[in-house]
Amino acid sequence: MSFRDWLVGTVVSTQSQTPTAKSIVLEVPGFGGSSAGQHIDVRLSAPDGYAAVRAYSLASTGPSSTIEITVDLIPDGEVSPYLVHELQEGDELELRGPLGRWFVWKPEVTAPVQLVAGGSGIVPLLAMVRAHAAAASTVQFKLLYSVRTPRDMFYASEFAALASPTFEVTYVYTRETPEGWPTPAGRVSRELLESATIPPSESPAVFVCGPTGFVESVASWLVELGHSAETVKTERFGGA
Amino acid sequence: MTSHLDGNALAGPLSELFRDDMTIATGRCAHCGDVSVLAQALVYDAAPGWAVRCRACGEVLMVIVRTGERMMVDLRGVTALEVPA
Repeated sequence: MSFRDWLVGTVVSTQSQTPTAKSIVLEVPGFGGSSAGQHIDVRLSAPDGYAAVRAYSLASTGPSSTIEITVDLIPDGEVSPYLVHELQEGDELELRGPLGRWFVWKPEVTAPVQLVAGGSGIVPLLAMVRAHAAAASTVQFKLLYSVRTPRDMFYASEFAALASPTFEVTYVYTRETPEGWPTPAGRVSRELLESATIPPSESPAVFVCGPTGFVESVASWLVELGHSAETVKTERFGGA
Repeated sequence: MTSHLDGNALAGPLSELFRDDMTIATGRCAHCGDVSVLAQALVYDAAPGWAVRCRACGEVLMVIVRTGERMMVDLRGVTALEVPA
């Protein structure tokens, strides 16, 4: 089987991450494993032959044929309402992958890593954090994770459990903070990036994923702060 | 307003035409000469396909049309498409 063949996965389990987002674990015979940061295409076909294809980042990584995606609901979307509201354990889903070899972190790379996530852009970056932990890598990993409110956070307990001397998370709340949070709600800014991320002097590999506007603001600020454009990798998922 | 994506999203569709992963392929923009990996190009939904634009000058690099029966790729704005060995 090749990454370009359509495969059929069976839903093993699902778990709500937020009121509008669901993680889906699938067993996919023939799936050849994935590197951290890769995605799959999911295809939904109607009886009349119409098909809608959407890309979803993999939260899972490694050689397994059991994979995980997390889908955030786009209320007027063609694919996500079905995946979030209808799909159940035992259902089958058509998919192909793993796809994309550019937005990828590999454990053999020794540069420190700065991850910057906006909303559901956390998913491929979680795969990198999982790969870092699975490889017992001593490379420094830092994550800046921007969410609207505490209720919008994906994988909160897993990030807490993975915190270590080599993995540190900074949370940014754009609309509503947890009670007692030391700073008011606000967007990621150039000043925050400067104070809360690995400086250019340490030559980190940087991965930015989120809504298009978020990604473009963050990437241009990082370059202004002195990061080489070649070291800042970006993945946009559209949205607001 | 439709927001654009980037070339990462084309990994699957272009795998139907090219043997290698095209997100790591580099192309030179025929308009401004910018050289970048396809992953960094700007991708606009143009159902049933996509318009792919240069990250530097915004001119059209390629147009992809994908219907149930066929796929058409117009490489009008790309010179020197290069895939790592």
